[in-house]
Amino acid sequence: MVLWFGIVQMIAGVLGALVSLWAFARKAGPNDYTLGAALLLGVLLLAQIVVSIVAPLTGNAPAGDPLEFWMYLITAAALPFGVGFWALIDRKRTANLVLLVMHLSVAIMVFRMLVIWG
Amino acid sequence: MRNSDIGDPGALRASPQEEPRTDGLGRVLITVYLILALAATLRGIYQIIAKFDEAPVAYSLSLASGIVYVVATIALMRRTGVWRAIAWTALVFEFVGVLVVGTLSLVIPEWFAHDSVWSFFGMNYFWVPLVLPVLGMIWLRREGREAAESASHADANPRTTESLY
Repeated sequence: MVLWFGIVQMIAGVLGALVSLWAFARKAGPNDYTLGAALLLGVLLLAQIVVSIVAPLTGNAPAGDPLEFWMYLITAAALPFGVGFWALIDRKRTANLVLLVMHLSVAIMVFRMLVIWG
Repeated sequence: MRNSDIGDPGALRASPQEEPRTDGLGRVLITVYLILALAATLRGIYQIIAKFDEAPVAYSLSLASGIVYVVATIALMRRTGVWRAIAWTALVFEFVGVLVVGTLSLVIPEWFAHDSVWSFFGMNYFWVPLVLPVLGMIWLRREGREAAESASHADANPRTTESLY
């Protein structure tokens, strides 16, 4: 894993959580900002999948167990799309809270991935 | 996620979505459950594949707890008829599990002090596993009561149910 890119993902997760909280506090439904934040995080994680495939070939191999790492990565990458889709089809105000939980969870999972990669 | 294939086909059920607050708590609860179910189940599978010998008891429990979270997530999403009873059972099981395994991880650390959802009362998951079943039970109870109270309101989306409220 590339450290700075992992940190970018964690920042995107935290910022996405804040945007979702802001939209919830304003009594708005999921809008372009909250759903866009989820999409951004999803795209970053897809990029992380590519990075994780390429990195070992360039000498940046994980110190921890690759199986554990990939289980985290696949789950984390699926969450923004799954939860984002749920927020998209059921656009209630509380969908923002759901997005908030997802953003924070993914940020924690990226942190775990950084620890496993070493 | 809800079917109308369970229970008495004549009854109409009031929508819990009429109460935004309950609905909000419910949605967040289900999302947290979904993420915890994924995390616990995948972690359990990984532990059993990679290092079952280190702590067979803790890792079997780890996977078992993951499966219970999956069941609880599905039951909370449906929560009509028999699913309501399943949800209650799963929530009580989780709460007892986190208390018992949390205590055992302190008392018999060589057996239980391994990474699992419930060890040290769910510390690895910011104690969410300790709080979540309680919130789930509060929500189920309140939502069931509200559904019973507003049972005269017809739902736009007719749904069948049993009288488990």
